[in-house]
Amino acid sequence: MTDIIATNQTILVVGGGISGMTAALEAAECGKDVVLVEKNPALGGRVSQLYRYFPKLCHPVCGLEINLRRLKQNPRIRVLTMAEVTEITGSEGSYSATVKISPRYVNENCTACGDCSGAVDTEVADEFNYRLGKVRAAYLPHKMAYPQRYVIDPSIIGTADAEKAKAACKYGAIDLGMQEEVVKFQAGAIIWATGWKPYDAAKIQPYGYDRYSNVITSVEFERLADIHGPTGGKILRPSDGKEAKNIAFIQCAGSRDENHLRHCSRICCMASLKQTNYVREAYGDEGKSTIYYIDIRAIDRFEDFYQKVQKDPTVTFIKSKVAKAVQDEKTGDVILHGVNTEGYHRYATPHDLVVLAVGMEPSVRGANIPAEIVADSSGFIEADPANHALFGAGCASNPLDVNRAVQSATASALRAIQVVNRVARVEG
Amino acid sequence: MSENYSNSFLREVEERVEEGHWVKMCMQCGVCAGSCPFGPHWAHPPQEIFMMIRAGKREEVLTSDSMWMCTSCYNCVVRCPRKLPITHIMHGLANYAHRLGIAPKGQPTEHFATLFWNNLAETGRVNELKLSLGIYFRDGFSQGIKNAMAMQSVGLGMLKAKRLNPFELFAPHGVKDKSGFHAMLKKAREIEDRRKPIA
Ligand SMILES: Cc1cc2nc3c(=O)[nH]c(=O)nc-3n(C[C@H](O)[C@H](O)[C@H](O)COP(=O)(O)OP(=O)(O)OC[C@H]3O[C@@H](n4cnc5c(N)ncnc54)[C@H](O)[C@@H]3O)c2cc1C
Ligand code: SF4
Ligand code: SF4
Ligand code: SF4
Ligand code: SF4
Repeated sequence: MTDIIATNQTILVVGGGISGMTAALEAAECGKDVVLVEKNPALGGRVSQLYRYFPKLCHPVCGLEINLRRLKQNPRIRVLTMAEVTEITGSEGSYSATVKISPRYVNENCTACGDCSGAVDTEVADEFNYRLGKVRAAYLPHKMAYPQRYVIDPSIIGTADAEKAKAACKYGAIDLGMQEEVVKFQAGAIIWATGWKPYDAAKIQPYGYDRYSNVITSVEFERLADIHGPTGGKILRPSDGKEAKNIAFIQCAGSRDENHLRHCSRICCMASLKQTNYVREAYGDEGKSTIYYIDIRAIDRFEDFYQKVQKDPTVTFIKSKVAKAVQDEKTGDVILHGVNTEGYHRYATPHDLVVLAVGMEPSVRGANIPAEIVADSSGFIEADPANHALFGAGCASNPLDVNRAVQSATASALRAIQVVNRVARVEG
Repeated sequence: MSENYSNSFLREVEERVEEGHWVKMCMQCGVCAGSCPFGPHWAHPPQEIFMMIRAGKREEVLTSDSMWMCTSCYNCVVRCPRKLPITHIMHGLANYAHRLGIAPKGQPTEHFATLFWNNLAETGRVNELKLSLGIYFRDGFSQGIKNAMAMQSVGLGMLKAKRLNPFELFAPHGVKDKSGFHAMLKKAREIEDRRKPIA
């Protein structure tokens, strides 16, 4: 049974991405008790799925590692994984939260030795790699996963595979009888840091994401470039495994569009600029990146990053929102059609691979937050007094890069701390 | 100097052209231009027309035949990320140029539209026979005969199916209250002129 000791002076943080982790750490390091609820089996969120970080092109694991170390050292944070908030009642300073915890079938004895994985035959879609590949049904979510604990996929429970996994475990860590749990606890303030999800590219009909294998999304491209990704870090196109050297990036795929997401997702221009570096890294002067854009929005001080990419002779910029994509079934090439705003010239240009710089949709949208919430027209949580002591943080509140998501998380931690301090004064 | 940069044509379009107030919302993304099936055959796709309006190119826009080429397929409208009613603006511009009397002379769509309207306004019903003959004979008598011959089988088919009555040429039928109909059109014109005056 999961015991949670929480009071009205506890802060509940929902979502264990970089924002939720930051908010939890900032609050705990100020001496507050925190419960961190994450729906995935590991913390880290979308950041752990990136290959490199702009602007410095460092490895995202680096930033995560620092936070995980802080987390492990801090006894005030209680982490619940595979957990989701299903109900919130009460009011500022005295909320009651109900959390559903799904069974992992692996307990804290797990040493992450991996023997169970070797013992099972069944494979399931690899969620960490955006389903581009498969993993064994007993798996570690990813290399850096915290907690470092395997997961048994529920699809094999009750089959011989599950018994094989159990038999392979030398540490008695596999408990096939684990059940879903529902826990209820108090919290004075809530930080909602559920982040973002990539906009469903199949909805952008003219780009054919659902029809053409060589049209992929920017988040998938991050996985292709990553050595831990489905291609071992080689940029190969899905249709035939050919090296994709001539790559097109389509900006605002689903953003700044009244038919899709009306907001500018703010980070996708930088993401594509960054990804041209992956192409250069893989293929040197032979690689060719073409960015199709309405206008490049290299936010804030990232302008110099943009200028550096502009100087790269392997990168071409075309001012045009692509009208449509068509994949040539014989060659596998994707031909992009449109009109270049600079001169109004028509083009029909073939590329090996097309990457859609998909927009950020708040996870909040459609997620059914079990509480009243004021959000903007795109579904991002507003800093509105009507939200009382429920504060948005990171990409749940705005499309943000990591740096700004962390700032936003720190701000929300400060707000939550003020609330529980008020509770403490009243309770004495 | 100031003449070159004045946006008075944009204001004129906003005030006098149907849906003209949308033009300023265009962000020049190019999706309409790239999506238009007629694109390769026009002088100026909608995106360019909208930019020309903002650049004050009054003559060039209003005498252009581009707006007249629009087939109302609505491809542009469903894709425009700013939801501009592009098709309607194109027709609005065409209509405005026509009312000013500076639409390109002899442009086939303009010719047809004028013929259609006059045909309809006369009796309150479209006289298809007169309308088709009017089109066939627009390029002279002998070309008209050739056109009519080429369309013969269609015409005969329509005759058989009772969709075409040859006597309509001499005794066209119309709505019952023809003068009422004309009064109605006149009133509509007055309202329209007040709403979107030409000058
Ligand atoms: C293609 C691409 C490339 C990018 N590259 C960079 C870059 O190079 N540099 C940079 O600074 N930024 C980059 N970003 C932006 C970066 O991904 C975000 O800033 C970052 O992910 C924000 O973190 P977050 O914690 O707010 O949200 P997330 O990373 O989305 O984390 C949210 C967490 O909440 C969990 N969650 C969701 N719903 C629930 C729920 N109901 N209950 C419990 N938990 C829940 C999720 O599982 C997840 O762990 C990139 C974005 C894209 C799209
Ligand atoms: S569950 Fe057991 S076998 Fe599997 S990784 Fe953990 S300790 Fe090893
Ligand atoms: S950041 Fe760039 S690609 Fe993303 S929505 Fe904004 S303009 Fe479009
Ligand atoms: S699609 Fe809309 S916004 Fe884009 S150029 Fe055309 S009219 Fe302007
Ligand atoms: S409606 Fe007219 S302008 Fe729009 S795409 Fe069709 S033909 Fe082109």
